[in-house]
Amino acid sequence: MNSTSHHPLALVCELTHRCPLHCVYCSNPRELAARSGELDTSTWNSVFAQAAELGVLQADFTGGEPLARTDIVDLVRAARRAGLYVSLITSGLPLDEAKLDALVSAGLDHFQLSLQAATENIAEEISATKTHAQKLRVLDWLKSRRVGVTLNFVLHRRNLHQMDEMLALAENSSATRVEFANVQYYGWAFANRALLLPSRQQLDEFMAKVKSAEEGLRGKIRVEYVVPDYYAKYPKPCMGGWGRKVILIAPDGSALPCHAAGVIPGMHFENVKEKSLREIWNSSEAFQKFRGESWMQEPCKSCDRRAQDFGGCRCQALLLAGNAAATDPVCSLSANRAKVDAILESLPPPAAAAAPLFLYRANPN
Amino acid sequence: MAIDLNRKPRLAAGCRLGENNQQRVLLMPERALRLNGPSLEIVQRCDGKHTVAQIVADLQKLYSKAEPRKVESDILGYLELLQKDRALDFVA
Repeated sequence: MNSTSHHPLALVCELTHRCPLHCVYCSNPRELAARSGELDTSTWNSVFAQAAELGVLQADFTGGEPLARTDIVDLVRAARRAGLYVSLITSGLPLDEAKLDALVSAGLDHFQLSLQAATENIAEEISATKTHAQKLRVLDWLKSRRVGVTLNFVLHRRNLHQMDEMLALAENSSATRVEFANVQYYGWAFANRALLLPSRQQLDEFMAKVKSAEEGLRGKIRVEYVVPDYYAKYPKPCMGGWGRKVILIAPDGSALPCHAAGVIPGMHFENVKEKSLREIWNSSEAFQKFRGESWMQEPCKSCDRRAQDFGGCRCQALLLAGNAAATDPVCSLSANRAKVDAILESLPPPAAAAAPLFLYRANPN
Repeated sequence: MAIDLNRKPRLAAGCRLGENNQQRVLLMPERALRLNGPSLEIVQRCDGKHTVAQIVADLQKLYSKAEPRKVESDILGYLELLQKDRALDFVA
């Protein structure tokens, strides 16, 4: 969409932090929101209506596991009625065929199934649950339903060697889109970083495979990928720019510019229970904080790429440089790049050792 | 990827027309395309009933001041773009 638009295009709805899986790279914060504090159905319905009014086109239902909400079908229906395109970003459980039919009838546009691996053993090592067989069943059910399907593989050093099997899964499904998303290092993934970051060689092999898949599947499956940005020369344009395209609502109703913004000290997030979405988007302190360019320091401030990558990720700057307004340390122009290189150099070789001692994602009360 | 004039394009699952603030858009997984003038006329005809040849003929009528060959090549180019984005299925 137009880069000059001043309204959000996507509403990310973290409906709950509850989840049956315990993935070691979960993007939820380490402090999970409790069930008792979750927004109720009618508050979400009001958020959808306000979002559409504000110019939002797409609602991404995520979590935790959005299917853990007993009102998920009603939420899909309400978001669709408000005029939004509705995506469900899910692990595929708890789900049966009747529930899937109800979701599609309610107007679900797009079903994005996350997969932890191409095989049960690695999927179990990552999620501490046996869920892979269920995911294969869900893929089968999806074949006879008219809904957009994306497969999302989350990649890291323990499963990057399964690219061929992952592609085969995608080709045998009804997916029109497949995402190969290398883990980004925040939250639980940051805690498990040394066990997840791939080696340079793994990454090179991945790049060759994903590019050839992109070419070979053109017109059949749209292949998209995200690299682990520690290996990048320039940072990612995180969230398409702070407070520029996306508004995220946490389970308790806090409105955030991104999943991880809560790690930045001193940030105060307004809540949709108290303020309108428009007010939060236009004038809240959190959304203003790193919007535009006035907050930038050198080298971003005078950099030709500043309108392309917006200085990278604020949360990563905080996590790696201790300063949320610094240039993203993965940038080769950052004074802190040496810290990232030192992390990469200290990685152990990706030997096929026994399951490493991961910190598994907990569950909220 | 050549577009066959005799086949009938329709929007793929997960792709549909939408509207916001009087702007028509093609909504698809993780993206949206603004539709104006000819692009809207084309996408509205991707319904599994019109052949590509019929879409071309319709638009040549609609844009009768434009060079017909140019209208055709623009349409084929646009359909190819949509196909690359995986927004279309073709029915025989």
